[in-house]
Amino acid sequence: MAYVHSIWPLAAVLLPLLATVPIMLSGRSPNLRESWTLLAGGGMFAIVASMLPTVLAGGGFVLTLAEVVPGVPIQLRVDALGMFFALVASFLWIFTSVYSIGYMRALEEHDQTRYFASFAVAIAATIGVAFSANLLTLYLFYEVLSLSTYPLVTHEQNAEARASGRKYLTYILGTSIGLVLPAMLIVYQLTGTLDFTHGGILAGKASPATLSLLLLLFVLGFAKAGVMPFHGWLPAAMVAPTPVSAFLHGVAVVKVGVFSILRVVFDIFGPDLLRNLDLGVALTYFVSITILFASLVALTQDNLKRRLAYSTIGQLSYMILGAGMVSAAGMTGGVLHIAMHAFGKITLFFCAGAIYVASHKKYISEMDGLGRKMPITYAAFFLGALSIIGMPPLGGFLSKWNLLVGAVQSHQMVLVAVLLGSSLLNAAYFFPIVYRGFFAPAPAGEAREGIREAPLFCLLPLSVTALCSLLLFFYPTVFLQLVQRALFP
Amino acid sequence: MTTSNLHIYILAAPLLGAFAVNLLGRLSRRWVAPLTLGVLGYATVAALVVLARVLRDGTISYTVGNWRPPFGIELVIDPLGALMLLLISAVALTATFSSLTSIERELPGREHLFFTMYLLLIAGLTGLALTGDAFNLYVLLEITSITTYGLIAMGRGRAPLASFNYIIMGSIGACFYLLGVGYLYLLTGTLNMADIARILQGLQETAALATAFAFILVGLWVKMAFFPLHSWLPTAYTQAPSGASVMIAPLMTKVTVFLMIRVIFSIFTPTYAFFHHPGVQAGIVWAAALAIVCASALALAQRDLKRMLTYIIVAEVGYMVGGVWLANTQGMTGAILHIVNDALMTLCLFLAAAAIIYRTGSLGFDSLQGLYRRMPITMAAFTVGAFSMIGIPPTAGFFSKWYLLLGGIEASQWGYVAALVFSSLVNAVLFFRIIEIAYFRTGEAGHGHGHAVVRVEEAPLMMLAPLVLAALALIAVGFGSGPLVNGVIRLAIPGGF
Amino acid sequence: MQGIIAEIVAKYNYWIYVVLMMIGFYAMIGKRNLVKKLIGLNIFQTAIILFYVSTGVKRGGGIPIVDKHAALTHGIDPATVVNPLPHVLMLTAIVVGVSVTGVALAVLLRVYREYGTLEEDEILEKIGK
Repeated sequence: MAYVHSIWPLAAVLLPLLATVPIMLSGRSPNLRESWTLLAGGGMFAIVASMLPTVLAGGGFVLTLAEVVPGVPIQLRVDALGMFFALVASFLWIFTSVYSIGYMRALEEHDQTRYFASFAVAIAATIGVAFSANLLTLYLFYEVLSLSTYPLVTHEQNAEARASGRKYLTYILGTSIGLVLPAMLIVYQLTGTLDFTHGGILAGKASPATLSLLLLLFVLGFAKAGVMPFHGWLPAAMVAPTPVSAFLHGVAVVKVGVFSILRVVFDIFGPDLLRNLDLGVALTYFVSITILFASLVALTQDNLKRRLAYSTIGQLSYMILGAGMVSAAGMTGGVLHIAMHAFGKITLFFCAGAIYVASHKKYISEMDGLGRKMPITYAAFFLGALSIIGMPPLGGFLSKWNLLVGAVQSHQMVLVAVLLGSSLLNAAYFFPIVYRGFFAPAPAGEAREGIREAPLFCLLPLSVTALCSLLLFFYPTVFLQLVQRALFP
Repeated sequence: MTTSNLHIYILAAPLLGAFAVNLLGRLSRRWVAPLTLGVLGYATVAALVVLARVLRDGTISYTVGNWRPPFGIELVIDPLGALMLLLISAVALTATFSSLTSIERELPGREHLFFTMYLLLIAGLTGLALTGDAFNLYVLLEITSITTYGLIAMGRGRAPLASFNYIIMGSIGACFYLLGVGYLYLLTGTLNMADIARILQGLQETAALATAFAFILVGLWVKMAFFPLHSWLPTAYTQAPSGASVMIAPLMTKVTVFLMIRVIFSIFTPTYAFFHHPGVQAGIVWAAALAIVCASALALAQRDLKRMLTYIIVAEVGYMVGGVWLANTQGMTGAILHIVNDALMTLCLFLAAAAIIYRTGSLGFDSLQGLYRRMPITMAAFTVGAFSMIGIPPTAGFFSKWYLLLGGIEASQWGYVAALVFSSLVNAVLFFRIIEIAYFRTGEAGHGHGHAVVRVEEAPLMMLAPLVLAALALIAVGFGSGPLVNGVIRLAIPGGF
Repeated sequence: MQGIIAEIVAKYNYWIYVVLMMIGFYAMIGKRNLVKKLIGLNIFQTAIILFYVSTGVKRGGGIPIVDKHAALTHGIDPATVVNPLPHVLMLTAIVVGVSVTGVALAVLLRVYREYGTLEEDEILEKIGK
């Protein structure tokens, strides 16, 4: 793979980071401040997209920032997997920004400058993770992401936010310092490098026991991926404003966790090593527990956002499941689901937020009949839900189909059962919302007159992302090509 | 041999400056600031030049007064010593800006007395980085200690009592060191470090040598507050005036750790120190692990910011002692890098504490509420310092932890590794507790739709500027860890280690 | 048994220093009066000084002050004078000890002015209030 030295990876990361300064300075003129955010979003997506042709053709970009530890520089690299993630994240950020503007203004939220500034740092860190060339750089941006999302999670600044913020940091910082750091150091000590290399760097370097332990440390250590038992921060983080939940906990933070695990699985361990040590199978069984359990708990949640949170926890483990299958279809499905789930879940969260803006309702039991008042929102919700469940003609079908094929190919009937069972559960916790929204009568004594569709700023993004979920079924080429390049260069 | 006198000027400048400040300061208060800053600025620039020279030409040795070693006192400046020189001067200079402002308020009319002792302390620290003679080291150690006793005693309230307690404990440490040097003199008949090392090579290892080493080590441990010999430090540093603690806290214990390294490398070779008596090396690493864990736990119990920071200092000393005694290159690199990083981190945090107490008058946790609004820049710098203590890249603290952890893994000292990870997590709890208190205001219930305008009352510029500089330095040193380690620290560690 | 007693008797001076050091140490740690602690410190330091000085003693050696002219022409026979180097070192140490004592006494003055007493337990009581 020919990597060209280029400033573009750094530019993509720096643009939102530098935008923080004008955002903070224009705190008094909200329109100017918002335009900085949108400019940065558009600009970053443009930079990322401009690098796409080269990556699709088999090339890439690299930039070394500093040689901090012997053999491990802080280095950015744009390859197919990173480009895939960065494309999804930067594209969806534009819509999140638009949605945020609508949401925050409709609710007259406080401290919007801090909000938008933290968001900018968070997206910069996300792209930084996507473009990391080695484990140390990834760890660096991972931590920056954790810290920059703290003000966003605790935005409300009430007692509930305080407790959630504490839980958030305990889980995420605790696991990254307590589990990932030692694991990273052991890898360095075994191999002398931390570079992401296709095929992995750990083959033959240590005993199977050590390697299994390392894998466990990494999977549990990247707690942003929500693997049980370190999933508790996700539902707690739902106290944040909905755009935060939508983007960070539907797209950025959680996908960073999964992306990190996938990088470790593909480029530190390598599929062959996993297959030889039967670690892949162990991994799939381990995360199946999370998938099933999370889907079951989602059924019991009445708070819409919490239901979505548990759904996310389950869906994240799908991606790890795919990676663990180490078969072509399985891995493709797992990685592809990053994009499909992102589009679907962000739609669902946008809808949840729109419902709150329009009617101040958070609980599903109170939302009967709301669909008749907010048809567009509920239609989008329906599309997003279908994608997550994995029904055609929505994008989610492609990723779930690949997972199924992969499971069948590797003769893992248990996994087939898990996949089918959890899809049924997904349907079970999504369909009632839509059904009751459209067809159930409003609860007695509820005044529904004043409720109208959500404001345009909220409606537009959710419609676009829902349509994207639909379109991705018909035009998945770009993503599929990137995934193929990433897994089989 | 060198003909330049620059290195002695680094020592002479603060020394003479102390006298000048005392005399001229009596005439007019306005002499104190420019003299102190001028002297320290000169020292910093000279230290930079010396470092460049040493890196280019190798170790410099300088005889004072033309009395040749081993009878005269010799100054030896190797890369490690030059690095320490630069660190001491730069940290002292940065801290002085803040000291001048806070001492104006804390000790009005007595600034010239305060800064006399202040400059003498820096002269002593500089000398410690320069000296190549074991007894001269004792004298300089006592110079630094005595001036510290005085500086601490100038505080209010319980400060004199804390200082007296420190006098007793510190003098015990110094006497132990003196005793150790006495044994060395008995064995070798000389006091010059290089000479002692040369003669010791030919001697058979005896109980006297082991005793000498033990005494010197314990003496230095008392001085650097290595748990459980640390009891003097928390009260002494907490009660000291802010202007004193911003300079003492970052430097004193770190220079003493440097002295321990110097003793191990230059007098007792590493082979003897680490490997001759089986079990000692591993035992000390375990003791360091214990020190880290206990100090971190004690820090959790504190309700005052400055006191909490002092316990963290004790834990950091544990990091460094453990790193040195891991007896491998990674550990030693980590320990030396941590001397630099910890000095900067402690400087940053204590400068922030000084700024906070200047504006709000108290450092109890309850009075820190909503501080992010009132003093945003101070808290931003404090946050960078906190991240460095926790060990979050790209701040400097992460990289020294990297090397220390790596050294621990290599030496299979899992207790030490676990203690380091535990301490990072405890630091995260400690600092996020403060960040949380400073971030959330009281009386916030539900959505804060509009809120009363909170006045931003930042610290004065003279206190803010060094603070911001220290915070930026933490990030810069973090990114520059590679060149720092490869260019300077690797040279300081003897080959084949 | 005979051997050990002979050893102890032959090295009697070192045992005295040990005893002095222990007395000083006990005073520093065990006594409640701050001035007594300071005196204990002095005793401790003095013991070490004595230890050093005693290392230079030679049987039959005289005071190391000689006539300059005689020394320059005939040289000095080391066996006739005790080793002056420890004395010189200990002068420095004594100076250090004096400085510490001076600072400590100044600090104690402040303590007395602040609390009106120099007994540690009484002071702690006053602080505790």
